[in-house]
Amino acid sequence: MNDTMDMIQGGSVSQKAVLQVNSLCKSYGNHPVLEGVGFTIPRGRIVGLLGPNGCGKSTLMKLISGLTQPDSGEILIDGVLPSKQTKSMISYLPERTYLNDWMKIKDILNLFSDFYADFDLERAKAMLSDLNISADSKLKTMSKGTKEKVQLILVMSRRAHLYLLDEPIGGVDPAAREYILNTILKNFEETSSILISTHLIQDVETIFDQVLFLNHGKIVINGEVDEIRSTYGKSIDGLFREVFKC
Amino acid sequence: MTWSFDDNLPIYLQIIRILKSDLARGKYQPGEKLPAVRELALEAGVNPNTMQKALAELERDGLVKSQRTAGRFVTEDKEKIMEISKTLAYDEIAKMVENISSLGYEKKDILQLLERYLAEQEA
Repeated sequence: MNDTMDMIQGGSVSQKAVLQVNSLCKSYGNHPVLEGVGFTIPRGRIVGLLGPNGCGKSTLMKLISGLTQPDSGEILIDGVLPSKQTKSMISYLPERTYLNDWMKIKDILNLFSDFYADFDLERAKAMLSDLNISADSKLKTMSKGTKEKVQLILVMSRRAHLYLLDEPIGGVDPAAREYILNTILKNFEETSSILISTHLIQDVETIFDQVLFLNHGKIVINGEVDEIRSTYGKSIDGLFREVFKC
Repeated sequence: MTWSFDDNLPIYLQIIRILKSDLARGKYQPGEKLPAVRELALEAGVNPNTMQKALAELERDGLVKSQRTAGRFVTEDKEKIMEISKTLAYDEIAKMVENISSLGYEKKDILQLLERYLAEQEA
């Protein structure tokens, strides 16, 4: 397994983990959301963050992206604590949109070009034209599925170290889902890693190297997809259904 | 459309099996260049690292070989390809024998059944 990773990464790239999370705790009021979460994501990985609704997936993503602060514990992105510096290293697709409905595609492209030095405008334009989305169309006029595609294109057009995709395939039809997964695979570079949260496991489990099961604020399973499949003799989806049986 | 996978086996093993049958069927000819890892991963809808792992395994078995910058090529050894076809056929026969045995047939009956079936198909 490790030989494979080394081969893909080549020798020139730093071997330091893209993301290191240690004993992370976070409560909202009296309600604990994360209780001592710890894991490491090496470079060149696509990792699934899996868990039922309300298990803390989105909170974890917000903490990594620096939108909210932990009560205790540590997060390191390429060895750096969440800060202004790490904002330029992380490309984050939040669960809910933050783009204004009245904006035209070209306004949004300008916004991203201004905001992010690593935004690849040409790549974004090419992907939008593949979808026949014109620069003059407004977000307001688009279907939910198209909006989700546009946002994913924007996020994946950055050349970031770490991509955080919070439920990128929630609420879209299977064709749109396939497009989104393809876009993720196409834009994935061996020098970065992608953390994807989802509860629609069956559709996406073949694109993960590694999965993290989060339950009641704790990591209950952390492993390589193929190792889990051979250890448990079932798919990640099957294991999920067993672990989180209601 | 991406490849379809069974639930209970590691994905890289299933990729190996699919690629082997592609070689046996002649989808990729002896000496032919294989598509890049990323391309194959996209086609299959799998993680590039998983595809890489499967290809490395085929390489270890001498079925494909890497040429540093030029890419990966199918072996030119036609016997090796024939060997794959035979192994895959044996796997299918093993499954068939197991299934028919579970219906209560003896080994000698199985051969008879198969012969009769083939004769009927020809007729």
